Amino acid sequence: MSTSISVHNLGKKYLLQHRTGQGQPTLRETLTEGMRSIGRRLTGGEHTGAPEEFWALRDVSFEVQQGERLGIIGRNGAGKSTLLKILSRITEPSTGSVQLRGRVASLLEVGTGFHPELTGRENIYLNGAILGMSRAELKKKFDEIVAFAEIERFLDTPVKRYSSGMYVRLAFAVAAHLEPEILVVDEVLAVGDAQFQEKCLGKMQEISARQQRTILFVSHNIQALAQLCDRGVVLDRGEVRLTGPMDQAIECYLDSSVGAGPDAVRPDADCWPSRVTILGSNGGAVRIGDPVEVVVEVCSRRGMSTQIGIEVIDQLGHNLFWLYPQREYLQLKPNCPVKLTCRVDALNLYPGSYSIGVWLGQGGRIEEYFWDRNCLRFDVLHNHEVDYFYNFNPQSTKVYQPFSYSIG
Amino acid sequence: MGAAHYWRDLWRYRELFLFLAWRDILVRYKQTAIGIAWSVIRPLLTMLVFTVVFGKLAKLPSNGIPYPVMVYTALLPWQFFANALSEGSNSLVDNANLLTKVYFPRMIVPASSILVNLVDFAISCVILAGIMIWYGFTPDGHAILFPLFFLLALLASFGVSLWFCALNVRYRDFRYVVPFLVQFGLFVSPVGFSSAIVPEQWRVLYYLNPMVGVIDGFRWALLGPAFKINGAGLFVSALLVFAVLIGGIVFFRRMERSFADLV
Repeated sequence: MSTSISVHNLGKKYLLQHRTGQGQPTLRETLTEGMRSIGRRLTGGEHTGAPEEFWALRDVSFEVQQGERLGIIGRNGAGKSTLLKILSRITEPSTGSVQLRGRVASLLEVGTGFHPELTGRENIYLNGAILGMSRAELKKKFDEIVAFAEIERFLDTPVKRYSSGMYVRLAFAVAAHLEPEILVVDEVLAVGDAQFQEKCLGKMQEISARQQRTILFVSHNIQALAQLCDRGVVLDRGEVRLTGPMDQAIECYLDSSVGAGPDAVRPDADCWPSRVTILGSNGGAVRIGDPVEVVVEVCSRRGMSTQIGIEVIDQLGHNLFWLYPQREYLQLKPNCPVKLTCRVDALNLYPGSYSIGVWLGQGGRIEEYFWDRNCLRFDVLHNHEVDYFYNFNPQSTKVYQPFSYSIG
Repeated sequence: MGAAHYWRDLWRYRELFLFLAWRDILVRYKQTAIGIAWSVIRPLLTMLVFTVVFGKLAKLPSNGIPYPVMVYTALLPWQFFANALSEGSNSLVDNANLLTKVYFPRMIVPASSILVNLVDFAISCVILAGIMIWYGFTPDGHAILFPLFFLLALLASFGVSLWFCALNVRYRDFRYVVPFLVQFGLFVSPVGFSSAIVPEQWRVLYYLNPMVGVIDGFRWALLGPAFKINGAGLFVSALLVFAVLIGGIVFFRRMERSFADLV
C-alpha cells in the first residue's frame, strides 16, 4: 500500500480588510487609495488600515494511504472546507505543501455547473466534463448514471422543472460514477433523502473497497462518517487536534466543546451564536425531568433578520428534538447580541451526554447563515425525584416520558 | 506547480473547454427567441448607419468599392472582437460557482467564451457573402490570406480578454470600463471609414491600435488591391497583438492562483 496524499505543515492565510465597503476592492478605491498614500508619503503622515491576518489553517500535516477512507470533522469555521479546497487545487496554500498521487475529483457541491435551462441529458455531459470525465467515459456510463438517478422519464426535460430531490439524485449520480484515484467529498449528502444517502454511501464504500480508491469525506453526519471512514482527522480552529481511528476522532470531536462559552468571531459567517448555555433549576446542573433554560446569544456582522433553531443531539449524532420558535425572527444589529431564552418545563432526556446545536437561517432552509451541531456539550444527571429506569442501557434509552399511574 | 504541468493540464481539459462553449451556445439560442436574428440584425443596422453617415452624408471615399461592402468587411472582425471582449471579460465572474468548486486550468473559461463568438462570426461571414453577391462583387486571389488575418483577430481578442477578465475579478467596477472601451474603439478604428483618410505621416502610428492592422488586413484580403495595406503598420499591429497576448498570459497566470479566493 502506498501513500496517496501527504500534507506537510499546510497553512492558509486570509487577509481581513477592515474597510467600510463590502467585498472586493474596486478600481476606483484602489486608485484613490494610491493617490492618498502618495499624499501621505509627501506630507509624512502615518499609515492606516493595515489588513488583519486570519489563519484558516495552520500547520496541518497528515498522510492518507491508498484505498483509505478518511473523515474530516470539526466545527463550522474549523477549516474543513479550506482544507478540501486546497486538496482539490481550487486555491493555493500560503505555506506548506501537498502531494497527491493520482487524479483528484472533488465534489464540494451537488450539481456544480448544472444549468437550469439544459435538459437532464445535457447536464449529465456538462457536469461530467466539469468533474473531469472524458466523453468516452461518460458515454460508457450514461445508462448506469440515469438508472442510478432514477430519472429515465425526465431525461429530456430542462432541470429547472425538476423537483429538488430529482435534481440532487441526478447530480450525485454523475459524481458517484467518477473513478478518480482520489475522491474528495464535502457535506453534499446532507441534501438528499435518507434512502438515497444510504445508496450513495454504499456506492462510495464499493468504489473504495473494490478499486482501492482513496476517499476524503467531510460531513456533519456522524453516523455517515462512522459508517464510511476508517480514520479521522479532527480540526479545531485551523489546527489538527487529533488523527486516529474514526471512533476516537468522533469522540474527540464531541468532546471538543465541553462548556463552550463565548466564542471567537466566526470570520466565515454573517451571524453566529456568541454564547450558548443551558441552566437547570438546581444551581445550573441539568437533571432528568427538571425544568431547564437554554440561552443563546446571537451576534451579527451586519443588520439582518434570522430565524433560530436549537437542536439537541445525542452522542451518535441523532437529533432528539428541536426548539424552533417558528414565527419568530431575531432582528440583529452589528455588535449587539440578541438573547433568546427557551424554557423547557421538564427535560425529557435520560442521563447521559448530549450536544446542543444552533441553526440560523430563513425558514425552510431557503437560506442558511450558520449551523453548528456541536455548540455546547452538556450532561444530564440523575434525579431520584422522578420515576425512570436508572440502570438502563445508556446506548439505547434517550427519551424520558413523564407519566402518572394507579394500581388496582 | 510547474509551467509544463499547467499546459499539459490545459490539454487534458480540452473537452471541458468544448463543453463550456457548447453549453453557452445551447443556452444562448434556447433562451432568446431572437437569438440568431439578433446576431444578424445588429451588424446590419450598424452597416446601414455607417453607410448613410460616413458614405452618403460625409461623402468619405470607399476606393471604388460599394460603401456597405467596405463597412461590413470591417464589421466582421470588429463585431467579433467587441463581442469576444465583452463576454470574455465577464466570463470568470459569470462562472464564479465553477471557480470556487472545481479545479481546472482557468484559462479555459475566457477561451471558451471566445469560441462561442465564432458562431456569430460564421453567421456574419455568410451575410457578407450575401452582400457581395447582391453588389456583384467577387474577391480575388488575396482571399487566400483571409485565415491569417482572422487568426490575428482571434489572438487579439484572446489577449485582451485575458487582461480584462483577470482585472474584472480583481476590481469589480472594471466591468463598467469595458463597454466604454469597446464603444470608443469602434470610432477610433477604421470601421465606418477607410484608413486611407488618415494622413500619410500618421499612418504607421495609427496601427498602434492593433485592430487597425486586423481590419485593414480583412479589407486587403477580401476587397483586393483597392485597399493597399501598410506593411510597416501591419508589422506594428501584429507585434502589439503578440505583446498583449504574451503579457496577458503572464498576467493571467499570476492572478490565477488567487481567483478562487477573490471571485
